[in-house]
Amino acid sequence: MDWQIIQQSLPQFAQGFRETLWLSLVGILGAMVVGLCCSLIQYFKVPVARQLVSVYVELFRNTPLLIQLFFLYYAFPVMGLKMSAVTCGIIGLIFLGGAYMAEGFTGGFDGVSKTQVDSGRALGMSNWQLARYIVFPQGFSLSVPSLAANIIFLIKETSIFSVIAIPELTNTALDLIGLYYRSNEYLFVLVIAYAIILIPLSLLLTWLEKRVRYGTFGD
Amino acid sequence: MEHSGISVLFQGRNFVRLLGGLWTSVWIAALALVFGLLLGALIGLLRTSKSKLLRAIFRIYLEFFRIVPTVVLLFLFYYILPRQVGINWPGSVMATIAFALWVSAEFSDIVRGALISVPKVQQESGLALGLSKWQLFIYVLLPQAFQLELPATINLATRVIKTTSLLMMISVMDLINVGQQIIEANNQSHPTAVFWIYGLIFLLYFIVDYPLSLWSKKVARRNQN
Repeated sequence: MDWQIIQQSLPQFAQGFRETLWLSLVGILGAMVVGLCCSLIQYFKVPVARQLVSVYVELFRNTPLLIQLFFLYYAFPVMGLKMSAVTCGIIGLIFLGGAYMAEGFTGGFDGVSKTQVDSGRALGMSNWQLARYIVFPQGFSLSVPSLAANIIFLIKETSIFSVIAIPELTNTALDLIGLYYRSNEYLFVLVIAYAIILIPLSLLLTWLEKRVRYGTFGD
Repeated sequence: MEHSGISVLFQGRNFVRLLGGLWTSVWIAALALVFGLLLGALIGLLRTSKSKLLRAIFRIYLEFFRIVPTVVLLFLFYYILPRQVGINWPGSVMATIAFALWVSAEFSDIVRGALISVPKVQQESGLALGLSKWQLFIYVLLPQAFQLELPATINLATRVIKTTSLLMMISVMDLINVGQQIIEANNQSHPTAVFWIYGLIFLLYFIVDYPLSLWSKKVARRNQN
């Protein structure tokens, strides 16, 4: 282990670190929005849209991100749709994450007791009001554990972006290894970099899970 | 249809080669699962032990595999083992070991969760009947825990299969690598082949994983009732 080499590579890793962070952030937020929309569609059994959503969720949950990215990045251009690597990466992550988040939200929403929803209906609430004031506030706290797991999962999945040459952390490390053949040093920095992102985050999420559990009614 | 990319799929032995690639991927996933589940069951059992040190060690083991993305894990095994330990095995063996250890970490958490969620009464009844610790584990804890952990285990299997897509990164001749070779060989004559090949690979992964995830959902629903 040569510390000199590690030190010299730090600026490049810092660049990759920022790239990983913002790609994850955009991907996670996008995935949350897509997932929430999908699970509300399923919850209120919107005709047609509901079938489309379930096909989408199953397709993306049961295929690897890598092949989804290859399809977006290499196969779409021959069909006339050319996108930059970063665009493909973000779209891929949002769609993959959306499918996982949809399952997470659905799990939470299914946990909201039927009486709550029926009472809301009896009070004359519209579907939108039911979602906004009853299903979402109670269901969300139930879905936090699986959403948290998905967040960690999606951040780790950004490492796959390296196959379409997005200069995030893993790609940075692979590039450096290719240039200087110092795999020990660069892989060490790489693992540490992921630990810096994921350890505090997973502690925070565990704390959040405990925190929202107090908010559950009658538990 | 002479220049349509779809014809590439059925040219020569292309389709058979792709299926061969899929076979490599599935085979590596299966081996990793067998070894990983055995090791994971043992670690999971140890994680319910009374020794604080033992629990801490395996907790760190689990967290390590949770934090390091699988791509990075593969590279750790592919680059560091040969150089540091002098082991020079092919990528497929390295990948199997890396996946097996990863599976063992994830599965140990599933086993632990299932073991501690078997009701205490069950254990106490077993003890009251005079079962030994070992008998208690084999006849009381294991069968009940197995039922509880089955859906999560199947999900883990689908994840391992999806993760085999990363094998191409350490030059194993898996499904995607074979696909890339076919695409490159036909790029000049059939530019749209890339669409069909990647489309087929996407579909093949789905065909393998979807039944498993259906099965997992079914078991989970049965467990709830």
